[in-house]
Amino acid sequence: MSIFVDRNTRLLVQGITGREGSFHARQMLEYGTALVAGVTPGKGGQTFEGKVPVFNTVAKAVRATGANTSVIYVPPMAAAAAVFEAADAGLPLIVCITEGIPVMHMSRAMPFVRSRGVRLIGPNCPGLIAPGARAKVGIIPGNICSPGRVGLVSRSGTLTYEVVNHLTRAGIGQSTCVGIGGDPIIGTNFIDCLRAFQDDPETDAIVMLGEIGGTDEQNAAAFVKEQVTKPVVGFIAGQTAPKGRRMGHAGAIISGSSGTAEEKLAAFAAAGIAIMRRPVDVVQLLRSKM
Amino acid sequence: MNLHEYQARALLKAAGIPMFEGDVASTPTEAEAVARRLGGTVVIKAQVHAGGRGKAGGVKLARNPSEAADLSAQILGMTIKGLTVQKVLVVPAAEIATESYVGLIMDRDTQRPVFMVSSAGGVDIEEVAAKTPEKIVRLPVDPTYGLFPHQALELAFVLYRDFAQVKAAARIMEQLYAAFVNNGASLAEINPLVTTPDQRVLALDAKIVIDDNELFWRPDLGVLRDDSAEEPSEAAARRANLTFIKLDGNVGCVVNGAGLAMATMDLVKYYGGEPANFLDIGGSSSPEKVINALKIITADRNVKAILFNIFGGITRTDDVANGIVAATSQFKVDVPIVIRLTGTNEVEAIRILEGVGMRALSDMDQAVEQVVQLARGAA
Repeated sequence: MSIFVDRNTRLLVQGITGREGSFHARQMLEYGTALVAGVTPGKGGQTFEGKVPVFNTVAKAVRATGANTSVIYVPPMAAAAAVFEAADAGLPLIVCITEGIPVMHMSRAMPFVRSRGVRLIGPNCPGLIAPGARAKVGIIPGNICSPGRVGLVSRSGTLTYEVVNHLTRAGIGQSTCVGIGGDPIIGTNFIDCLRAFQDDPETDAIVMLGEIGGTDEQNAAAFVKEQVTKPVVGFIAGQTAPKGRRMGHAGAIISGSSGTAEEKLAAFAAAGIAIMRRPVDVVQLLRSKM
Repeated sequence: MNLHEYQARALLKAAGIPMFEGDVASTPTEAEAVARRLGGTVVIKAQVHAGGRGKAGGVKLARNPSEAADLSAQILGMTIKGLTVQKVLVVPAAEIATESYVGLIMDRDTQRPVFMVSSAGGVDIEEVAAKTPEKIVRLPVDPTYGLFPHQALELAFVLYRDFAQVKAAARIMEQLYAAFVNNGASLAEINPLVTTPDQRVLALDAKIVIDDNELFWRPDLGVLRDDSAEEPSEAAARRANLTFIKLDGNVGCVVNGAGLAMATMDLVKYYGGEPANFLDIGGSSSPEKVINALKIITADRNVKAILFNIFGGITRTDDVANGIVAATSQFKVDVPIVIRLTGTNEVEAIRILEGVGMRALSDMDQAVEQVVQLARGAA
C-alpha cells in the first residue's frame, strides 16, 4: 500500500496542454499512472497523446471520467483559481505543482479547501509517487524510485531526488515519496504525512527532509515523540546558510523562533529522530534502524 | 522584497494612516531644506535594509537645519551591516505620550494574516515578546471577509482607554489591513504607533515587506526595489532569474533547487571547505542561465574552485552541459571546475562535456570532496 495515492487513483491534469503540463503528463503516462483526463479551458474536445480526453472544466471531466485526483500545472496567477475549481468539483485530492503563487491567494484558498474536506498537497512542490502502485502525480522522476517499505516526506524537490536515489541504489525501496512544498502556506504538512505513514501497514520506516525557516519541523518532531512508533530518520538543509538581514519584528514574534538548523536538529534529537549529517547517511541510518 | 521606511510611509499614508510630515533626502543640502520646511528639531534616519540602525549611529537628532545638514553628511555614505546609506529620512522630533506596537503578518501556522498589538511598543518589542508574551495580543483575520469592525475595535481597546483614541486606532487597524492586502504585503508594521500630548494617534515608523510572488503582476510595486541596497552580484543574479546569495568562502556552487543547493553548501563545509555562495539555477535551466551563473561566480575573486551539482528532473543535464561548454568558450574561467550531474539526459550531457575534454562525476560526495581539495590547493 501507499499513502494518498494508490492503484485506484484516477488522475486529471489541469493545464494539460501547457508546456510544463504536457511534458509531465507524458511522463506520468509512461510511468503507468492512470491518467484519465485533462482540463484546459477552450480546448475541450481535444485528445492528449491520442488517448486522454481534454475538457473545458474540471466538473465536466470528473463527471465524464470519474477522476478522483487532480494535479495542477497552471501558471502562478491562475493557480489558486485552479485549486478552487478542483475543490468545488469535489475532488478529494489536489496536488499543486505551480511555483510562485502569491501567498494571499493561498490564504484565501485554504479555508475553502478545508471546508470541502479536500486534501491539498503543495503548492510549489514536486508532488508524490507510489512506486509499488505505479502512481506518479507530479514531477518526481520515476526512474530513480523503486517499490519498497520506506516512506519519505520532504520540503524540497531535487534534494528529495538525491536521497531517493541513494535509497534505490542501496536496494531500499519506497512505499510513497511526498514533496510537501516550500511555500509559507501549504495544504499538507510534515505531521499529516507522518500520521499517514504511521497508519500505513506497508511502511516500516520514515525519512523526513526539512529545511531552515519556520517551525514545521519542530512541530513534526514533537508529533514523532508522542505518536510515531516507526523509526524516523531526518535531515535539515541549510545548516551553513547565512542569517538573513531580517526586517521588522513580527516574524520573530509570531513564531517565537528564528527557525535555525540548530533549533530543528535539537528538536529532532529530543524526539529520537536519527540525524543525517549528509544525504548519503540515509542508507546506513535506515539499515541500523530497520 | 523589503521596502525602505520612507517607501512604507508613503504606502501607509496613501491608505490614509495619519503620520508626522517628513521627507526623504539624498544629499545634506536636501536634508537641510526638509529640516527648514519642517521647522524645529528633526530626526535624521538612515534608510537601509537593516535593523539596529539607531545603535549603529544611523539615527540622529538635529536641532536646526544646519545641524541637519552636518549630521546627514555623516550618515549618508556610512556603512550599516555591510550596506551603504544612500538616503536619509527627515522627520520632526515629535513629543510623544505613549508608544504602542502594531504588526500584521502572513502567518504560516494559522495560514492567515495575523494582527499583533501591544501597548508596550518601541525598540524592545522582541524582548517584550520573549519575556512577557501575554502583553502581545494576537488576532487572525479570515481573508475571505477581511477585518471586521468589531475586531478593529477589539485591537484598539488593547492599546487605549480614551474612546476617541480607540476609534482613531481602530480606523488605523482597518487602513493597515487594507494597505497590507492592496500592496501584496507579507508584513506590515507600525512601531511605534504613538499618542501625542494633545491626544492624537499617529504612526511614527513603518516597515513593509512585499511578497515577491506579487511583483509579477504588480510592476507598480516592482519599481520600489532599491538595487543599491543589495549586494551588486545579488542584484545581477536576480535580473538573470537566478537566486544567489554571496558568502565569504572560496568554493563557488552552482546547483539546481534550493534544498539541494543548501545541502551542497552544508556538504562543502562538512568536508572542510567554505562555500562562496548559494546559487539556485531553478527548474527549467537554459544554457543561458548557466552562462550567467558562471559570470557571476567568476566575478568573485575569492572563488578558487567551482562546483556544479545538478540532479536532473525537470532540469535537463544536457542543457547544463551545453551552458558550461558555451560559457567556457566565451570567456576564460581560470579556476578549476568540478561537475557532478545525474538524471534527465545524463548520457547526452556526459558526451557533450567529454567532447571538449571535460569530465563529469555522478556522486555528490566525491564531487564535493574533490572541489574542496582543489580550492584548498589553490588558496
